Amino acid sequence: MVSDRTVTTVIIGGGHAGLAMSRCLSERSIDHVVLERGEVANTWRTERWDSLRLLTPNWQSRLPGFGYDGDDPDGFRKMPETIDFISRYAEAISAPVQTHTKVTSVRRSDAGYDVATDQGDWQCRTVVLASGACAIASVPALAEGVPAHIAQVTPTEYRNPDQLADGGVMVVGVAATGAQLAQEIHLSGRPVTVSVGEHVRAPRSYRGRDIQWWMDRTGLMDERYDEIDDINRARRLPSFQLTGSDDKAMLDLNALTNIGVKLIGRIAGMNDGKAQFSGSLRNMTALADLKLGRLLDTIDEWASENDLDGAVDPAERFEPTQVEDNPPLGMDFANGEIKTILWATGFRPDHSWLDVPVFDHKGRVRHDGGIVDSPGMYMMGQQFLRRRKSSLIDGAGDDASDLSDHLAAYLAG
Amino acid sequence: MSSSETTVDNGVNVEALLGAREALSGAPEAAQFTWRATNEWKRGTHSHSTVEKFFGLGEEQNRTKTFDFEADHPECFASEDLGATPVEIVLVGLASCLTAGVAAVAQHRDIQLRSVKATLEAGMDIAGILGIDADVRNGFDGIKVHYDIDADATPDEIKAVVAQSQKRSAVYDIVANPTNITVDVN
Repeated sequence: MVSDRTVTTVIIGGGHAGLAMSRCLSERSIDHVVLERGEVANTWRTERWDSLRLLTPNWQSRLPGFGYDGDDPDGFRKMPETIDFISRYAEAISAPVQTHTKVTSVRRSDAGYDVATDQGDWQCRTVVLASGACAIASVPALAEGVPAHIAQVTPTEYRNPDQLADGGVMVVGVAATGAQLAQEIHLSGRPVTVSVGEHVRAPRSYRGRDIQWWMDRTGLMDERYDEIDDINRARRLPSFQLTGSDDKAMLDLNALTNIGVKLIGRIAGMNDGKAQFSGSLRNMTALADLKLGRLLDTIDEWASENDLDGAVDPAERFEPTQVEDNPPLGMDFANGEIKTILWATGFRPDHSWLDVPVFDHKGRVRHDGGIVDSPGMYMMGQQFLRRRKSSLIDGAGDDASDLSDHLAAYLAG
Repeated sequence: MSSSETTVDNGVNVEALLGAREALSGAPEAAQFTWRATNEWKRGTHSHSTVEKFFGLGEEQNRTKTFDFEADHPECFASEDLGATPVEIVLVGLASCLTAGVAAVAQHRDIQLRSVKATLEAGMDIAGILGIDADVRNGFDGIKVHYDIDADATPDEIKAVVAQSQKRSAVYDIVANPTNITVDVN
């Protein structure tokens, strides 16, 4: 039995977000501990597929006091490199990480919070939730109606195509995850159909620069949560359809269609072993094409205003998304064409251990830009937490800086 | 950004709609609405429908009046043509919903509308409803909606308004996606 330990701040999660916060607290001489259920960068180690590479170029992983020092700034890290990068950061900043320590509950106490773990308990005045935005793969309720002979897989379980039965695969969702896995699985010889809901189409490169370079330079990545029109919508927005590959190719629906992937509407119902698909496919692709056009307009205007037109390639526009005239509205799973469904329908955080009444009616933590609705509690590393870049490695620094300022002021009373 | 204060007026009270959205986000039970209609057979394929009360914002809501709808089939169906066919009324519902959405979205985006006209067309192989061919569905084989819109906006901005209206439309969703229907009889 390990006795209670007292510390000013407990950071839950030893990924890039928790480590960035650790660095900012160290700078402010606030004593703290980082509790990590596995090893540093655990999710990258244990819950991601083999071929995954970061969607941001190497240069764009700027953490407080740390950054890329290799010779391929425009490349995209594979998983071993990502794990290595985050592990080296933990060492570089001498983060007080306690690994293999699983938090089992966080409760309010007179002094602040009691944090229970499988390695003993901690008492603290402030706590930082940094356990990740993508802990649980969200699967729609209609998955329960899928016939038993169809295998169902989520992206946190998927590793590579060999894991799947031969035969057809339906990939539901076409954000970055769905688009990447649809491509990989189809190229493995398993014919893929993708069910397409709302999505964000984006080119990997535009006018000779990576799209992330433009998002960074134009200031779009720094847009703040309290300055944009509809933050709830921004937080729900699917990720850009991107992949990080050596050839820097665009991975949009047209690219999938070109290798033989079939597009079908958003899955809208399951009835008697038959799937029903929405007739909204054309509008989903029209919305994404228009949104892409607006993004490129914004980039072009910014490039002109900043006298970059001569320094980058000419402006271009991409072909509209091709959709067949009459995409099917139904599919009988009894016909044997589909053997596996892969639910690439988003992720959500896991705060099941948080025993503090901070949840809204949808089960999401109530917060104002990471300042949780409970004194002395903070959150990091969530979609558009404080800025568009908040969920990126590159976004952790600014958020950690802001929130550690707030935390320090809270401690000072 | 300030033009809405002075010039743009599509007759939509966006502030009230946004206020409702804000209020209902915090009170999910008040957002539960029940819409109703009654329908009574007259003769042949002619029936008469009424729409009056609905439930919403936590209580029964009354209208300024009762709305009446006649439905029938044209003479080539050996009917008396005393009203639009039900499938045409579906098109009317879809168009009315999308157009209301166009006005609301345009107002929200500070776009002044001058005219909005929708033309709808839906194909149907009546071999389905007549039971001639079991492979033919009863309903439409597709719906085409064409909008002619004159507004103070670029063509892409207008397209985006129409796309957003589809995304937020109740009838679009009802028509495009499956809905469970429960029918009971006394």
